[in-house]
Amino acid sequence: MASTKKVQELKKRREEVQQGGGEKAIQKQVAMGKMTARERIIKILDEGSFNEYDMFVEHEARDFGMEAKKLHGDGVITGTGTIGGRPVCIFAQDFTVAGGSLGLMHARKITKMMDHSLKMRLPLIGINDSGGARIQEGVNSLAGYGEIFFRNTLASGVIPQISVILGPCAGGAVYSPALTDFVFVVDNISKMFITGPEVIKTVLGEEITMEELGGARVHSEITGNAHFFAETEDECFEQIKSLLSYLPRSNTDVPAQKEIKEPLKKYNISNIVPSEKRQPYDVRNVIRAITDGSDFIEVQENWAANIVIGFGTMNGNTVGFVANQPLVLAGVLDVDSSDKAGRFIRYCDAFNIPIVTLVDLPGYLPGVDQEHAGVIRHGAKVLYAYSEATVPKITVIIRKAYGGGYIAMNSRHLRADFVFAWPDAEVAVMGPEGAANIIFRKEIAGAEDPDKMRAQKVQEYKEKFANPYVAAAKGYIDSVIEPSETRRSLLHALEVSGEKSVGMPAKKHGIPPF
Amino acid sequence: MSSTAKSQKKKSVPEPPMEQLEIGNVQYQTRLTSKFLNRDNWQRPDERKVGAIIPGSIQRIMVSEGDEISPGTPMLILEAMKMRNEILSPLQGIIKKIYVSEGDMVPKGHLLLEFELALPDYILPQTIGQGGLFFK
Repeated sequence: MASTKKVQELKKRREEVQQGGGEKAIQKQVAMGKMTARERIIKILDEGSFNEYDMFVEHEARDFGMEAKKLHGDGVITGTGTIGGRPVCIFAQDFTVAGGSLGLMHARKITKMMDHSLKMRLPLIGINDSGGARIQEGVNSLAGYGEIFFRNTLASGVIPQISVILGPCAGGAVYSPALTDFVFVVDNISKMFITGPEVIKTVLGEEITMEELGGARVHSEITGNAHFFAETEDECFEQIKSLLSYLPRSNTDVPAQKEIKEPLKKYNISNIVPSEKRQPYDVRNVIRAITDGSDFIEVQENWAANIVIGFGTMNGNTVGFVANQPLVLAGVLDVDSSDKAGRFIRYCDAFNIPIVTLVDLPGYLPGVDQEHAGVIRHGAKVLYAYSEATVPKITVIIRKAYGGGYIAMNSRHLRADFVFAWPDAEVAVMGPEGAANIIFRKEIAGAEDPDKMRAQKVQEYKEKFANPYVAAAKGYIDSVIEPSETRRSLLHALEVSGEKSVGMPAKKHGIPPF
Repeated sequence: MSSTAKSQKKKSVPEPPMEQLEIGNVQYQTRLTSKFLNRDNWQRPDERKVGAIIPGSIQRIMVSEGDEISPGTPMLILEAMKMRNEILSPLQGIIKKIYVSEGDMVPKGHLLLEFELALPDYILPQTIGQGGLFFK
């Protein structure tokens, strides 16, 4: 049995480390509106579940006076715990200790946790709050980052990786979050950029604040680097818990079954979508009219909002939703929305989550900026991701599905398992208005009243082609259904495709249009 | 769960108005994003206007207004990021106006000088990389 004296010493040592960077540094942290690293871990994890490791790790730096400095935990807290009863690995950089700067031992603590999470097949949560590389440790600090990035990549698609940005995350450090699956940011607290305002001012003469350059709003609305935006750290932790409840532990696991409930009555699927295709509606209400208990957690809600992605449950099982959003930019595909959807589809495929696609789009966004920004390359991501995905893939065409947009949105031709269409669906090479102008150009130009002739020809085309039955006649659509039959049809399709198995040609990996 | 609570909270924020967006000859009622509204409207570059390829300072000006110069003639030196960039004439023409003086700090794209073309069919520059980025 350990002597009382030794136990006392252990307690003393623990207490010392738990003080982090000391009273003064903690006060500073609080003044910035931030929680301490330890508080954060305790709040995210189930009560009393945190087990800390490497508490007594010390750095070995010998230059620039570092030999005299003792950095508690070397500026990072690591361990395991549970969230919703399911185990996770977690680390949190401690800004109160040398600004959370990353030295060799700091990085080793993180990579040890990453190795654990990969070996044990557990989700990894990383809380970033760091001034960056510990300059005094020189190239060892760079090595540390490299080791982290390498493991992020190895773990990608094997275990869920979540990055939480709760402070600065600048320079090379940003690439660990960028390599992970989901990035969480908090207003006024998160700051991410490669080169900071000072350098930008010196080199380019542009003046900008950290918040304007890489604040939470910037990354959730403009760059798309962040997936979840919260106003407070507490809200952020709730979002993390909620997201994890939809995800499996690893790519060989399945998400925990949730309670099966009917969608809420207030989402009446027959009344959400206007029959007139020019009229907008919020496609998220259609999703909520389909899912169990109308639950839906949206990913990248404020970026490229013309496409909606996120998770819901059907029959208690997690389903990934991809839906054109007519409420924003008429639901077009463009550079950002293609990027957003493409990555999410690959996420679902990697973690065996079936994908339900809701289609209602007029096509691609026209514009020089789009063409020059590479809408060809980015748009190809959607085609690639759907074609490559082998999870159950089910499509519901709600209204419009024209041209290239029709093909891209998980059409039969990209191997959708089931394609349903509502009676208002128009599946055609283009909208009647555009098609009539081309096909009947001569008739329209030669008519006494061109506008009248055009309207007549549009109507003719509409009657003939603007419906789901032409595609259904070819078997491109499996079933035309009433809106009220959607949930039932999807539940059945998901049930019958539960054991789906398809072969893909052997290859090392494909070359997606990154 | 939390998503429902969130959407209720969001209701208090005024929603952006509906606008028109034309796709395939159809005017759709929809919301436009700030990114869409703030996009750069493309304009054909005007070869007669020479802009700064990079932010920096004008170290020397070797030409004067009224000079007729040929493509490749060094016109000025723009120092940026510790590099002295010699800005060469992209075309054959007469310099109509010089907008900067030695010692000026200029941002990227800043109009440096403008040509009055000697020939109606002016000679197009060979490459952009040789120092002539054309003013948008």
